[in-house]
Amino acid sequence: MMSVMAFAQTGSIKGKVVDETNNPLPGASVSIDGTTIGSVADANGNFTLSGINAGNYSVTAKFIGYVATKKTVTIGSSVVTLTFALQSENTNLNEVVVIGYGSVRKKDLTGSVVAISSKDFNQGPVTTPEALITGKASGVEITSNSGMPGAGSTIRIRGGASLTASNDPLIVIDGIPISNESISGVGNALSTINPNDIESIDILKDASATAIYGSRASNGVLMITTKKGKVDSKLAINFNTLNTLAKNTKEFDVLNADQFRNVVQTQYPTAANELGSANTDWQKQIYREAFGTDNNISFTGGIKGLPYRLSVGYHNEDGVLKTDNFKRTSIDLNVNHDFLDHSLKIDLNLKGTYTDSRFGNSGAIGAAVAFNPTQPIYSGNANKFNGYYETVGNDGTLNGNAVRNPLGLLYGTDNTGTAKRGIGSLNVNYVFPFLKELQFNATVGGDIADGQGTNFTDAASAVSAANNAGKGSLSHYFKENSSYNTDYYLKYAKDFKNIKSHFDIQAGYSFQFFKIYNRPELSYYADGSLVTGSTLGPNIPGLYKIESPFGRLNYIYDDKYLLTATFRDDRSSRFGPDNRNGYFPSVAVAWRVKQEDFLKSVDFLSDLKLRASYGVTGQQDLGNNTGANNSFFPYLAIYEPGNTGAGYQFGNGYTTTLRSDAYDAGIKWETTKTSDLALDFGLLNGRITGTIDYYYKKTSDLLLQTPVPAGSNLSNYLYANIGDMVTKGVDFNVSVVAVSSKDFNWTFGYNISYNKRSISNISLTGDPATIITTGGIPGGVGNTIQVDKAGGAPNAFYVFQQVYGTNGAPLEGVYVDRDGNGSSLNDKYQYKQPNPTVFMGFNSNFTYKKWNLGFTMRANLGNYVYNAEAASNGAYQGLKFAGYLVNLPASVLKTNFQNYQLFSDYYVENGSFLRMDNANLSYNFGKIAKVATLRVTANVSNVFLVTKYTGLDPEVNNGIDNNLYPRPRIYSLGLNVGF
Amino acid sequence: MRVRHLQSLASVIVMALLVTVSSCKKNLMPEGELTTANVYTDFNNYLPVLGKLYTAYAISGQAGGAGNPDIQGIDEGFSNYLREYFNMQELTTDEAIIQWNDGTVHNLHDMTWNQLNEFITAMYNRIYYEISLDNEFLRNTTDAMLSKNGITGSNLTLAKQYRAEARFLRALSYWHAIDLYGNVPFVTEADQVGVFFPKQKSRAEVFSYIESELKAADADLGAPRFSYGHADKAAAYTLLANLYLNAKVYTGTDHSSDAITYAKKVIDAGGYTLEPHFKNLFLADNNKSNEIIFPIESDGIHTQGYGGMTYIIHASIGGNMSPAAFGVNSAWGGLRTTKQYVALFSDPSGNTDKRAMFFTDGQTLDIADEYNFQNGYAITKFKNIDQAGNKGSDPNGNFVDTDFPMFRLADVYLIYAEAVLRGGQGGSAGTALDYVNLVRTRAYDGSTSGNINASQLTLPFILDERGRELLFEGHRRTDLIRFGKFTGGDYLWQWKGGALNGTSVGDFRNLMPIPSTDIINNPNLKQNQGY
Repeated sequence: MMSVMAFAQTGSIKGKVVDETNNPLPGASVSIDGTTIGSVADANGNFTLSGINAGNYSVTAKFIGYVATKKTVTIGSSVVTLTFALQSENTNLNEVVVIGYGSVRKKDLTGSVVAISSKDFNQGPVTTPEALITGKASGVEITSNSGMPGAGSTIRIRGGASLTASNDPLIVIDGIPISNESISGVGNALSTINPNDIESIDILKDASATAIYGSRASNGVLMITTKKGKVDSKLAINFNTLNTLAKNTKEFDVLNADQFRNVVQTQYPTAANELGSANTDWQKQIYREAFGTDNNISFTGGIKGLPYRLSVGYHNEDGVLKTDNFKRTSIDLNVNHDFLDHSLKIDLNLKGTYTDSRFGNSGAIGAAVAFNPTQPIYSGNANKFNGYYETVGNDGTLNGNAVRNPLGLLYGTDNTGTAKRGIGSLNVNYVFPFLKELQFNATVGGDIADGQGTNFTDAASAVSAANNAGKGSLSHYFKENSSYNTDYYLKYAKDFKNIKSHFDIQAGYSFQFFKIYNRPELSYYADGSLVTGSTLGPNIPGLYKIESPFGRLNYIYDDKYLLTATFRDDRSSRFGPDNRNGYFPSVAVAWRVKQEDFLKSVDFLSDLKLRASYGVTGQQDLGNNTGANNSFFPYLAIYEPGNTGAGYQFGNGYTTTLRSDAYDAGIKWETTKTSDLALDFGLLNGRITGTIDYYYKKTSDLLLQTPVPAGSNLSNYLYANIGDMVTKGVDFNVSVVAVSSKDFNWTFGYNISYNKRSISNISLTGDPATIITTGGIPGGVGNTIQVDKAGGAPNAFYVFQQVYGTNGAPLEGVYVDRDGNGSSLNDKYQYKQPNPTVFMGFNSNFTYKKWNLGFTMRANLGNYVYNAEAASNGAYQGLKFAGYLVNLPASVLKTNFQNYQLFSDYYVENGSFLRMDNANLSYNFGKIAKVATLRVTANVSNVFLVTKYTGLDPEVNNGIDNNLYPRPRIYSLGLNVGF
Repeated sequence: MRVRHLQSLASVIVMALLVTVSSCKKNLMPEGELTTANVYTDFNNYLPVLGKLYTAYAISGQAGGAGNPDIQGIDEGFSNYLREYFNMQELTTDEAIIQWNDGTVHNLHDMTWNQLNEFITAMYNRIYYEISLDNEFLRNTTDAMLSKNGITGSNLTLAKQYRAEARFLRALSYWHAIDLYGNVPFVTEADQVGVFFPKQKSRAEVFSYIESELKAADADLGAPRFSYGHADKAAAYTLLANLYLNAKVYTGTDHSSDAITYAKKVIDAGGYTLEPHFKNLFLADNNKSNEIIFPIESDGIHTQGYGGMTYIIHASIGGNMSPAAFGVNSAWGGLRTTKQYVALFSDPSGNTDKRAMFFTDGQTLDIADEYNFQNGYAITKFKNIDQAGNKGSDPNGNFVDTDFPMFRLADVYLIYAEAVLRGGQGGSAGTALDYVNLVRTRAYDGSTSGNINASQLTLPFILDERGRELLFEGHRRTDLIRFGKFTGGDYLWQWKGGALNGTSVGDFRNLMPIPSTDIINNPNLKQNQGY
């Protein structure tokens, strides 16, 4: 009514919005700046704005994917006609990418960096930060550790550059490098970070990008940036809730009760008296449908121009394994401000997290696979073992060797933990008013995590009867990790227009210390009384420091030729004075070919850049437990105190002991030299963009725990710099805006990575016959299934080559005599390896009007898995143990093995798979009731899995499938409300 | 505004300076760590360091139980010195067979082991671990070092005694080394800790070294039975007697006379006497026995591990045996013996000869299936209960109190007798017979009904008698080799050579292979023939 009344005294604008090829852009918005007048273009691109008072105005037309365009008009009483021809924006070239100690526009990047911002994050239930980008980036393999809530993932960037030292990347949160040290009381350290607070994750892959982090950068760097308050914004409140239902999809294939009875009767009737009449599916008994909820509320705005963001998150998730639960409460505050006409910027981030976990006894998983299916859940005697059926001997006492009742295990133990973590960082950036080209930047920050918990075994439980003389057990633990970081740098940047050059140089200094403290604790019985003889162990906090000057030089000529050089000098207290300094340089060049005249007129090609880099990075992360050298300082001749239980009696008294630990006075970090050659391209105005990288990494002086000549040192293995490894690979990724129209949009991304790691040498003497066994398996104490050996991939399976009979079944104990000496005893061979040689990710997103449909898929090829569940129980020998029966995997009906054949390559299976990680559908209601926006989302995670692998799930870290906590399918429903 | 600008600028600069001052020139030296450089300046540390030289035989690491292991590349409890010594000396013989599926463990009894066998490797690594620890202690306790570190007076006397004990322990491990592996790498305190390639010395050279070391250590060692746990003079003499008894195997030269000399020294020195009741030697309170000359200790609270005696006791129980009767919480169902061993006893019931400690209920004498615990008689010799019937000190029943008698007096009596029979000088046949009958009278619980006469005292009798007396005490492999019965087809027991009723095996198996890890790592080493 108001506008109609106003019409008489005012003017109006009529016009059209089109794209560069003159096609209409329905849905484009046109508005008059500084007013509330606005409109949306119709199906033909036409719009009308009316009710405009006379005067001069600036009019803006906007459309997603196009550069917003302003036009100035003078309104009188007549109708003004206006046509906007919008240029599609090549947005991603101007995006700012966070790199070490700074940021850079994407077009100026010379290194290999994948930037993923929140709009591209994975949807659905995501509990830990790294899961936001699973399958999104080429060269980055993220494998969730299990289906346990908060279990986190294993992250491998380009396969990892180390062998026995850590292959985990360095993680930097808001400028603070955090330690990979585990936090007690929580399943995974990263699960203390709420993914909802993350704005972007940038992955630094090549040495040009990572070398500025020096001795910790060999395995790549993950830069996590959290959400910030925005300048000049009004208070906005955003609430989202996601509610989940998790269900297992599959059980490990074991004999059912009837099959089992039959097998016992035919194979070992002597044990028939141990058969019961029940039919129990133990796997069904230990799992449940599990609910979870994730709720976040955030407040963004500015108080008197001081931008802030405050968010509070609450996550509560049950595991599918009964009794398992993970809760997290998190708070995240960001305050930032520009003072002094933008010359002083301050950015403060504070994060606090409290997690509360109950860890379901995962021993129940293996027990459910192995427990006699012909026995009932309950014995009928509620006074014994809490009523659970357990295997007892003739005298009624527990058979200590038998498999425990899986439910008895779950409910007889109560292991809980809590973790408190605070991460704070303050960044100050000051541009000198008298010399605008010069800026000073300082970051100070800290990360403190206290994890503690209690492990409890019920006195009445069978576990207690077997291990604690029926008194149960109670133990506590407490660990504090703290680190403190300070770094600052000066940066000078200047354009020299006359010589078409841009030049910036930066020099800085960083200092960080890490402290890890495990509090010694006493052991108690379930009733709280002290276990006889329990005393406190030695109390040794670990503390190490790294100080590092660093610098970077960028030079750009004519916006075409780019050069970046970086340098870092790390001095780590973890190495001896003679080896303390490590120098980590890198250099990269890039050529923006598209800027050359000969390509400027090639329209379909919107961007083309060639990059090449070379650099040196290091790895110093041995953990603090290096076996016989249980300290942070593998170079020191340390005497390590033993616990009370490791003492000795002399005369009538006891002494504790001091052990002289193995050491290598000359140990230093391992060094990785990485070359990277890459091509970035954009086609059709940036609708198709992509990158292809080839890389070659050579790691030398591997920090290897390797056998040393007997008698030469103070243990048989020593952490020393021995050996070399080569990693080669290709990363390719492309993203495509396939359809872009008013009502319907379709974008998809695809990435494929090839990665091959090969050990060149692991021997002190260069002898290629040296093997280091890895990969422990069940079925016997101390058994291993993998080796590291020169010429092979890390952790290659080391097995006997199975011989098969004419019926295709494996012949028990018959293996190929590979060396032809008449016996296969010596003839284990390297067969396949656990890492995928090729892995891919595919994600797709459709929007139709207010609907959005998206999914992500992943595939791994060439990864092999040792089916330990099938191998370790896979023989009729399981029927012959004195006094108890072990259920058998269904595969035994094929193999008919009498005795276990743990080392047969029969159990090494192709684990290649295709998995749909997530499918989601959302409807955006837009503004409702004029005050709020509403979006509703439905998700399914772990939608399907296609694989030939016969176990539950081939996606296991290190290629050994040993009772993996199953990854459930998760259905979820989410609401997002904004005010 | 301008003033504020300046204030802010000033504060930034001050902050920058503070940061700079606070972070430059960091001390990067670790603090508070106990290292070689400072540990020996405080005499209070000497006994704990010496203690480690002993626990390296008994347990597997610094945590007690499991955790923080001494050696790598193999399960910790598994690789324990005593456990592997037992496996080498017993599992390879008629005395023991094991049911488990742990790696290549069956290859030991089947006599099909090779240089990759992880148990043979673990034994080797444990031996050299012990030798390295001994060398480290000896390097830092020379007269010069003791003087430099200000160790004087009674502390100096004690330090010298500890030093002599370390030399004994190193000699003991070198004996194990040459007995099992023949020509072996040789390192002493003269070598520094690092990564280098020790030279290989012949069995005979190392034999001489052991001999000279023990004789040199004698003066500083304590008197017999001066303090339980410590190696004393009698321990050194017993080791020498063992060394000389097997000298022909090691060097080609018979040293039976020397064996007699040192056996006599033990017997004449007094202090050690036969335990009146055989079974008491193997109970939780056997540390009170006067017979055990050198124990490897075990304690439910103070000396905990999954190897050693914990293994020997738990693994011996299974089938219808009650763990509670052995003072432990569980049966590991592993070890049994062969029918050939049972046949050493004319009366295996245990009613007459109390050393026949078999469990037969539910067990078959015959071992048709190696992988079935109830095939073969089980052994009830070691128990974690004391003479009064009380369980050991670990309230959970995991770790046992029973000590392992590495050397005891009955062994010395039998060495004396055997050396006399082998033509050694300095002893007499009459004394030999007396000694053997002392052992047998005790075996028959004080009755002389089992005593033998002079004509019955023959070398084959001695071998059988040692089998009966010293079952599971780590002597069998060495004894069978000395008598030429370990390899070849002279004496067959079930599953020898991997055949149900036993088959001949090559003589090269009198030596274990040097593990391939060390052959690869140390170019100075030459593999034993046949491997």
